Amino acid sequence: MQKYSVFSLIKNAFKGHKDWEVAWKDPTPKTEYDVIIIGGGGHGLATAYYLAKEHNITNVAIVEKGWIGGGNVGRNTTILRSNYMHDQNGLFYELGMDLWRNMSQELNFNVMYSPRGIINLAHSDAQMNVYSRRGNSMRLNGIDAVLLGREEVKKIVPMLDFSENVRFPIFGGLMQPSGGTARHDAVAWGYARQADSMGVDIIQHCEVTGFDVINGKIKGIKTSRGNIKAKKIGLCVAGSTSILAEMLNMTLPIETHLLQACVSEPIKPILDHVVTFGAGHFYCSQSDKGEMVMGGDLDGYNSYAQRGNLPTLQHVLTEGIAMFPFLSKLKMLRTWGGIMDMSMDGSPIIDKTHIEGLYLNCGWCYGGFKATPASGWTFAHTIAQDKVHKLNAGYSLNRFHTGHLIDEKGLGTKTWIS
Amino acid sequence: MLHIKCPYCGMRSQNEFAYGGDASVTRPELNKEILDSEWDSFVYLRKSLKGKHLELWHHISGCRQWFKVQRDTSTHEIFKTLKPGESI
Repeated sequence: MQKYSVFSLIKNAFKGHKDWEVAWKDPTPKTEYDVIIIGGGGHGLATAYYLAKEHNITNVAIVEKGWIGGGNVGRNTTILRSNYMHDQNGLFYELGMDLWRNMSQELNFNVMYSPRGIINLAHSDAQMNVYSRRGNSMRLNGIDAVLLGREEVKKIVPMLDFSENVRFPIFGGLMQPSGGTARHDAVAWGYARQADSMGVDIIQHCEVTGFDVINGKIKGIKTSRGNIKAKKIGLCVAGSTSILAEMLNMTLPIETHLLQACVSEPIKPILDHVVTFGAGHFYCSQSDKGEMVMGGDLDGYNSYAQRGNLPTLQHVLTEGIAMFPFLSKLKMLRTWGGIMDMSMDGSPIIDKTHIEGLYLNCGWCYGGFKATPASGWTFAHTIAQDKVHKLNAGYSLNRFHTGHLIDEKGLGTKTWIS
Repeated sequence: MLHIKCPYCGMRSQNEFAYGGDASVTRPELNKEILDSEWDSFVYLRKSLKGKHLELWHHISGCRQWFKVQRDTSTHEIFKTLKPGESI
């Protein structure tokens, strides 16, 4: 594999950029692999990469119905954080933060990791108490957390609405200084390029149409490009999980919902943190191009449409303007939607299933992007060792049956509960 | 924006309604011995169909009645709305 560096850039510039190798090949599917990963999004690519790197399993295929980078890995708002209270979440996402820190070097691809800090605003004394409890839990798990008072928030993000007569005055906030953003396309491309170089076949435009299950064991998949055999198969298909589950006669604690995001026209640097509203669901950061990147609530009804409706966007931006009044002066550049695998407790599932050799990775709700490396790392472990790692032991499929829900926020599909 | 025909009030915009989830789910019968798995499946498990989906909506800013909607989850087309006791 060609190494990317400033020297290779200069060398290729003199050759008119004609000698760059393709970043990943376009192979024809073989008849059999050791492991097939269904879904070539961030999590699928990361899983294949860690299977090869950590477990030396390289006879792997990634089967993707669209193209690399076309799903949720290219539709999210690029936020990274591990500001969770519960141990299962905190430790899992903190593994992710460790992997994010070295990702550009490890993948030889600049993912533009930017630990600019994430601030959750608090709008009441009660919320400050809740945040201080969460901050303490985070610090006990080795995650950085700082409780900020109103004046401290004002110093860091002066353009927030600090006037007296507002519906939700700012009392302070909880900051995770190591939270931030990364360039989402680069994450997909970086993992794809490295996985490909280690022997993983990335098969695009190949839709799964059925499964071969004999006596409770997985034998292979049927696809639009022929049948492929494998003894181990991992599902990493986010919003399409329920469609594949139906082919397997499984019913999951998952509903597919629509989540929208939008960016404004680019403006000069004004916001160098990620900031979230504490009295509703709205978050905002500024991209390197200067666009304000914003998102919020689900559209609220089951949907596979990948495009949203205006009422939700209007609701979300109303919250945005309450927080940052200057947003009302900006024009929207783009809005888009993605389909989310909303689990019933708002926490993900990374587990084995009742079918031998079939592994499940789903339920990422609003927060799949930040989990990309940790999800790939633990899912690769689960597939390679045929047992869950202690970091994803809490994300079991049967927790809904046993009652061991991880109710970090208790949101899940029913956003109106909050 | 969705336009939903409330069976009681007629055509209204989506803003007046709240979503209530899959209408095909039935609560286990009262006072009957049930397995944990039946309760589990009532509370948590959903088919989440792609295509025609029968679901509950609540006319929360209108007559406040619950009713059923048959809607396509990939095109958002609404085929039919029904009162709670009616079936397709």
